[in-house]
Amino acid sequence: MQNTQPVLQTFQLSKRFGELEAVQNVNLRLSPGEIVGLLGPNGAGKSTTIKMLSTLLRPSAGNAVLVGYDLIKDPFKIRQHIGIIFQDSTLDNRLTGRENLEFHCMIYKVPKQERPARIQQMLEMVDLTEAANRYVKTYSGGMKRRLEIARGLLHRPAILFLDEPTVGLDPQTRATIWEYVRRLVKEYGMGVLMTTHYMEEAENCRYIAIMDRGRLIAEGSPEQLKSMMEGDRIQLTTADNSLAASWLEQNRSLKVTVKQDGIEFVLPHGDTQLARLLTELPTEVQRLTVQQPTLEDVFIKLTGRQMRDSESGLIDRLRFSAQRKGRL
Amino acid sequence: MHWEGIYAIWLRDLKAMFRERSRIYGAIMRPILWLFIMGNGLRPAMQGVGVEYTTFIFPGVVGMTLIFSSIQSATSIIWDREFGFLREVMVAPMSKADIVLGKALGGSSQATVQGTVTLLFAPFVGIWPTPEQIVRIFLLMILISFSLTSLGILIASRMSSFEGFGAISNFVVMPMYFLSGSIYPLTNLPLWLKLLTAINPLSYGVDAMRGQIINIYHFSIYTDLAAITGFGLVMFSLAIPLFNKP
Repeated sequence: MQNTQPVLQTFQLSKRFGELEAVQNVNLRLSPGEIVGLLGPNGAGKSTTIKMLSTLLRPSAGNAVLVGYDLIKDPFKIRQHIGIIFQDSTLDNRLTGRENLEFHCMIYKVPKQERPARIQQMLEMVDLTEAANRYVKTYSGGMKRRLEIARGLLHRPAILFLDEPTVGLDPQTRATIWEYVRRLVKEYGMGVLMTTHYMEEAENCRYIAIMDRGRLIAEGSPEQLKSMMEGDRIQLTTADNSLAASWLEQNRSLKVTVKQDGIEFVLPHGDTQLARLLTELPTEVQRLTVQQPTLEDVFIKLTGRQMRDSESGLIDRLRFSAQRKGRL
Repeated sequence: MHWEGIYAIWLRDLKAMFRERSRIYGAIMRPILWLFIMGNGLRPAMQGVGVEYTTFIFPGVVGMTLIFSSIQSATSIIWDREFGFLREVMVAPMSKADIVLGKALGGSSQATVQGTVTLLFAPFVGIWPTPEQIVRIFLLMILISFSLTSLGILIASRMSSFEGFGAISNFVVMPMYFLSGSIYPLTNLPLWLKLLTAINPLSYGVDAMRGQIINIYHFSIYTDLAAITGFGLVMFSLAIPLFNKP
């Protein structure tokens, strides 16, 4: 992962809006074929970062190199090599699915003779061949998203930006979209930088950067991040709970909480340690629950807040009403 | 210049017009209202204009179609921004000049098509233009529409929401129409009104059109052409740097 030339690298990238430091000294790195996730609550600066990298917003300080071009000096050259899928639809509802793709080919100078084949291939990839000649206004939310992903890839970008790619979609559609994204990365080897505030979704990334209040506060693979937690949370119900508790405290120096129907403790390296521990326990185990740490736990540990609490619910509501207006 | 991108924007605008039948119907309805209802209603009272009143206002009604349609298509930028499509264009490898030109050509084509629909009503008010006149009127319509669309793009670039639509109609389209000499002659006006009509670019458009159709000029064709072209160029060059600036 680290030995390939990155397609994207940022250097102390920052954006300030008046008094507000929206993004502060962000250093990111993205290699071909890699999915990097920017995880954080709404308002953390994720979208601002994406906007800067997609040349829509000029950084106030710092810089980035994308596909070999300098972000400040050559934004136009960069545009040809990046694909962006925004949070909200940017399709033309009055055109058909195919016409939206044709429009994209034209403004991105896709070679004329390659267009029909590429459009066909992309439509097949996202299963929209049959709906291609229908107006986009008749599409469901999931179909629109798929069409946008297809469109974003038509000009074969080296970097794909996904800004909250599955927000507002049902879990099933979300899973399908992820399938597409992974397949495309495998097939075309582009680097994907995505933002999300869904913890479960970040699990799809090889590498995650957690962002909060404009700063990157932690980075690593999901496993690495989770290993920051002390271990798995184990809940046991045994024939003799107090015996089990004192045994664990004395022999394994674990901190055990005794609950009404069992005991609870955090076990480091649960995957290798748990089996042995259970066989040695001097009492019969009746019920066992193992809870692996989630990224949410990591976020709470780092910030002392829950991700959902730090979100501004207002932004979500505004977005929802904007989307509804869009359907009128 | 990215000609294919410009063409793509133009093509999308034309598709939008032909798919939204209400725009074509508007181009048919407006002349009916103004020529037959207003025109005939006011005809007995309007004797001093040199020709039949309905004939006199006909070029003005074409001018009205052009301004309505130009501004309407330019303000579709506000819709595109609100519904997100504008971002698809803004992140593409196209310069603002390309985008504005595509939009200006798209808007002027739409307006010219609708102006042509209005022009089909000419025989109903006793006007039978020659083929040469038709070509000249057609070119004039393109020029006027281009100028007005550029104005519309400039306005739309500075507006952030739909609330602006009413304001555009009340503060731009209607005043420009009423101050253009479309529905009354520009002679013998009080000084303040004379000044307002003189700074209105549409006055020159309507004057040129009236000159071509029924050979009555208030200014001269050269003044008219210079005023419309100059206005259009200024609006167009202002629209490029100001386009969609947050």
